[in-house]
Amino acid sequence: MATILAVDDSASMRQMVSFTLKGAGYTVVEAVDGVDALTKAKAQSFDCVVTDVNMPNKDGIALIKDLRALPNYKFTPMLMLTTESGMDKKQQGKEAGATGWIVKPFNPDQLLKTIKKVME
Amino acid sequence: MAIDMQQFHQVFFEESFEGLDAMESGLLNLDLGDVNAEDINTIFRAAHSIKGGSGTFGFSAVADFTHVMETLLDEMRDGRRQVTQAAINVLLGSVDCLRDMMQAIRGGNEINRHGVSQNQQALEDELESGAGSPGAPSAVAPASAAQALGVDSSIVGWTIAFSPHKHLLKTGNDPVRLFRELATLGDLSVAADLQGVPDLPDLDPEECHLSWRLSIASPVPVQAIEEIFDWVEDDCDLALQAVYARNRSASGESGATLPAAEPAPAAKVGPVLKPQSEAVKTGEPDDRKKAAAKASSSIRVDTGKIDALINMVGELVITQSMLSLVGEHFEIAKLDQLKNGLAQLERHTRELQESVMNIRMLPISFVFSRFPRLAHDISGKLGKKIELKLVGENTEVDKTVVELLSDPLVHLVRNSLDHGIEMPEVRRAAGKPETGTVILEAYHRGGNIVIEVRDDGKGLDKDMLRAKAIEKGLISADAILSDKQSYELIFMPGFSTAEKLTDISGRGVGMDVVRRNIQALGGNIEIISELGKGSTIAIHLPLTLAILDGQSIAVGDETYILPLGAIIESLNIKEERVNRVVGKGETFLLRGHYLPIIRLHEIFKVPHPKAMRLTDGLLVVVEGQGERYGLFVDDLLGQQQVVIKSLEANYRRIEGVSAATILGDGSVALILDIPGLVRLANQ
Repeated sequence: MATILAVDDSASMRQMVSFTLKGAGYTVVEAVDGVDALTKAKAQSFDCVVTDVNMPNKDGIALIKDLRALPNYKFTPMLMLTTESGMDKKQQGKEAGATGWIVKPFNPDQLLKTIKKVME
Repeated sequence: MAIDMQQFHQVFFEESFEGLDAMESGLLNLDLGDVNAEDINTIFRAAHSIKGGSGTFGFSAVADFTHVMETLLDEMRDGRRQVTQAAINVLLGSVDCLRDMMQAIRGGNEINRHGVSQNQQALEDELESGAGSPGAPSAVAPASAAQALGVDSSIVGWTIAFSPHKHLLKTGNDPVRLFRELATLGDLSVAADLQGVPDLPDLDPEECHLSWRLSIASPVPVQAIEEIFDWVEDDCDLALQAVYARNRSASGESGATLPAAEPAPAAKVGPVLKPQSEAVKTGEPDDRKKAAAKASSSIRVDTGKIDALINMVGELVITQSMLSLVGEHFEIAKLDQLKNGLAQLERHTRELQESVMNIRMLPISFVFSRFPRLAHDISGKLGKKIELKLVGENTEVDKTVVELLSDPLVHLVRNSLDHGIEMPEVRRAAGKPETGTVILEAYHRGGNIVIEVRDDGKGLDKDMLRAKAIEKGLISADAILSDKQSYELIFMPGFSTAEKLTDISGRGVGMDVVRRNIQALGGNIEIISELGKGSTIAIHLPLTLAILDGQSIAVGDETYILPLGAIIESLNIKEERVNRVVGKGETFLLRGHYLPIIRLHEIFKVPHPKAMRLTDGLLVVVEGQGERYGLFVDDLLGQQQVVIKSLEANYRRIEGVSAATILGDGSVALILDIPGLVRLANQ
């Protein structure tokens, strides 16, 4: 089964994302910020990255930009978790190479539906 | 898949309270003259996380409230709005309000809606106060236009011209995925346009060269299609064309086909969000009750500590298997092996215990972090200039101690701020800097944690203290008091030194309670002060309340435990060094100091002590409340770590005894409390 990197500085959101994805059979690795995520992404290969945008130590947009520059992650689906008020963030995310976004607040079903969209 | 979101609530609350603390200290540290964007960003991020989490976990009232805060902070962050003291105060008030809301939700109580709406109004007033530019124009309006497009009943299908830009694949998107999704809407036909494909030598396999023409034979609303292309909107050329029913085109309206290639971006957001926030609202009251029922105390642990623990368990398992191997076919030749194994077992058990204790340890910053706010509020109220310095915030201490320490410390710091630090003009006249300093410091010393509240204020006036105590009838007029004893007067019930009562430090009923609370934690409190220079109040506390390094002592058939940290030395008594004063008891002369002798067997009325005469037993010199005493016992038995069992919880409070423990042979031993013993002996 596919392996997903879940990045969020909020432990509750991270747990929720991770729990939901694991429940659907994915293998999930958690990271607490962009720097942590980048280290983990270099150490192992992921089939998808789901990241929060607003984080200390490298935000989600910078993370996506850095990941896209790595040969392994050229075509990997990368999704941002963003709030409805963050329209300009979506734009910045797209420019950095994000595949798409999931709008907060979201429920586990919406998350899974979106993940399945890019993973099948 | 149905997932119980409540399992994440506890973590959400914990991180939100941490976030609120971070917001508070961030707001307090903002320097109005030189606002650092990253500082605002940190505050913004905390608000943003709380908003995101509360929306996701179904606390819509919190989400709505935080949204307004976030908007304000966002404008400050972008430099669209100036950071003013008024705005900071409103935000600080909002932090308090949010904290109350979350506490109410966690406790399963009603939110104080009146307070919330008042605070929200204050935020909105601040938002509208013109310091910022008008917010982004509402993007809701175009949605209705787009929706209008989607409900035309004469539409029977759509044709889509889709030309991805070359880099589309490099965003992780894939045309095939889009087609798969489109196919879920209705019968889909796909025709590829190969014109853009270059010759093989020029073909870059990582780029997208194809264009497509698609048609869906289904009267789906336009938003459904736009939603699918949402992510690639800027990475392709897209044209949607409605296909109308034949009778309609026959009536000459074919010219009215509706290209809708460039819809307003917000059009997609509206419909997606609505059903969800409704669901959230209906779910809330029920969720709250359940959350309250499940509320429990939890602790967040650094994973490094868990790893250390697992490592220790591994070692323990190895030792255990080695020991069982030795025991299986034991012969006397293996005795050394057995002894080694047991020594190893002892070491590992101790290390394991340390690891487990370590898990309960929290940095004292959990308590300290509330004080900058307190100092800010109080100095504002009193018109004093105060700088609060926190030192040793990362010093770790047991979770229980952290929780119980909070109130006494608040009291001490308030006292320093209120009574200790003088008004700026008084300080100037005394040749001191106008700004008073209060230092809150924590550090480890031996097996204890020491927390000091130091100020450079006016210090304690022992003559005044004494006069006051005599006036209140707390001491007799001819009492002889050392400096230390004079300062300790403030711990007496009903003692107040403030010339007028303030709403900050209360009415002097606190210090005795503070001392009692600290003593209940197995600690003590002492004061050092110099008139005109300032005061230091030091709290000494054991690192943990669960385990104690103890010295077993024997009196008659009883075994007692003395906290090892309290013992200075033990010695044999020489009769010629003992002095007896009628009515004042016995003292022992040790290096020029007279130690009061406390005979344990007398205090606890132990029958048949082995040593009745002082020369037959031992004198254990202990320290309590800064004074030394000699405890007369039969014998010393051994040192060991004992697990503390509360006597109060299982029986009742007994003077002179702090707790009980169970010894290796299964018998119960009482753990002695030195200050309590001294009080008993003085009676």
